[in-house]
Amino acid sequence: MVIWSAATLVIVLLLSIIFYILSKGLPTITWQFLTEIPSDMGRSGGILSSIVGTLLVTAVAIVIATPLGVGTAFYLTEYTHESNITKIIRFSAESLAGIPSIVYGLFGFIFFVIYLHLGWSVLSGGLTMGVMILPTIIRTTEEAVRAVPPMYREVSFSLGGTKWQTMLKVLIPSALPGISTGVILGIGRCVAETAAVILTAGSALRMPTSLFSPTRTMAVHFYILAREGISMERAYGTAALLIILILVINIVANILVNRFVAKGR
Amino acid sequence: MALTQNPKIVIKKLNFFYHNNQALKDLSLEIPANEIMALFGPANSGTTTLLRSLNRLYDPNAKVHLTGEVLLDGQSIYAPGVSITELRRKVGMVFEVPTPLPLSIFDNIAYGPRLSGLKTKASLGEIVENTLKMAVLWDEVKDRLNTSAMRLSGGQQQRLCIARVLALEPEVILLDRPCSGLDPISTAKIEESLRQLRERFTVVIVPHNVQEAGRVGDRAAFLLMGTLIEEGTVADVFAHPKDKRTSDYITGRFG
Repeated sequence: MVIWSAATLVIVLLLSIIFYILSKGLPTITWQFLTEIPSDMGRSGGILSSIVGTLLVTAVAIVIATPLGVGTAFYLTEYTHESNITKIIRFSAESLAGIPSIVYGLFGFIFFVIYLHLGWSVLSGGLTMGVMILPTIIRTTEEAVRAVPPMYREVSFSLGGTKWQTMLKVLIPSALPGISTGVILGIGRCVAETAAVILTAGSALRMPTSLFSPTRTMAVHFYILAREGISMERAYGTAALLIILILVINIVANILVNRFVAKGR
Repeated sequence: MALTQNPKIVIKKLNFFYHNNQALKDLSLEIPANEIMALFGPANSGTTTLLRSLNRLYDPNAKVHLTGEVLLDGQSIYAPGVSITELRRKVGMVFEVPTPLPLSIFDNIAYGPRLSGLKTKASLGEIVENTLKMAVLWDEVKDRLNTSAMRLSGGQQQRLCIARVLALEPEVILLDRPCSGLDPISTAKIEESLRQLRERFTVVIVPHNVQEAGRVGDRAAFLLMGTLIEEGTVADVFAHPKDKRTSDYITGRFG
């Protein structure tokens, strides 16, 4: 009974938040809102530049963090025995996961923006977010790889497979649902992040034209709209669009993974 | 019958250690070609270790080491420079637990050939059909090659595993208690396919009980605590065991 009501409470709470934001925001979302860049500091016009900026920053982060994270996880599980080095790597990754995002922002600002002269840009933002989501991807991939039945490895070796072939043909496909969970969590964090992105990608309203352009992601946009009292309506509109975007990414990723996994079941 | 002139596998004074546990002691054995050799003995007698040492599935590393020699066609398989992947293609292995990979039936069998670079659908299809026929599974699955191998029954999965090994075109097939989890009908089918296979391959099997050793083996070797007690044709070992421990084990007085 207690568990049942706890679950109900959580679901009701979540649904009401989503419903509240959608009901406030959806009326703002018009064709113009989706296809124009903001004008008058965001009081009018649309948020196209922010949508593009969000997608670009997220894409950079995922492209950087996925191979690094998956590679690290495979190194830890398949290519080395438990040792002090693996303990240090795992400990570092876990510590990284617990650091507040503003600290990543500060690191990104000092290292990417200033030291590497990348400036406030999509690239700086994406790299910072990549570092930030790395621990999540390592963690989920590692767990997924450990869950692959050990016999699969032996079978592949016994059929003349090398370690590399076994990883590509058996382990990665079997661990794919877990890996994609990590990537989706990472996407969620990128899309939702404000503090670290303001410090590294800036808050420019114009359309980003290259990886070196500054940009304002959607989360940053509605943070500024709401905080500076520019337009609550448009803040809700942006938030609603963000929720829809995350839903769509989740659904598409799920469909892709299921289609892939279904072949082996 | 004397030992054949050209044994396929010669094992010379093999000692095998896990950490400090010795699993095989000074074991010497010759395995002739085109016969079924049954390695039998009670639990922990070293049969599985011996089997796995024949295709280096226990590769010497920090935890495991061995001394002595294993010769395949006169070549040491533990010599430096021997390609482990090539060795494992020549000496295939079927495990105790049927383990299809989470792929379709077709892809499971094509797994080995694809690893060695074979890509064309037609030749893969031919291999799949031939090996499934040899493993006495073709008629049951020919209409659903693209469905997942995980949906087959245990006995079918084990025959699939045998077909998958055959697809490597091996010279030797090792089987580790392949029928231990299966019903009598599945067991009969697998044993039937083994008897057909020995005409083209050398088969080494660890049977899951004495009766199976007697049913499928041409020759039998009895191991106890990592030591070879006696070896000979099945008829000799079972009807006239030379060692009292062998006769005690066969007649069920221990083990």
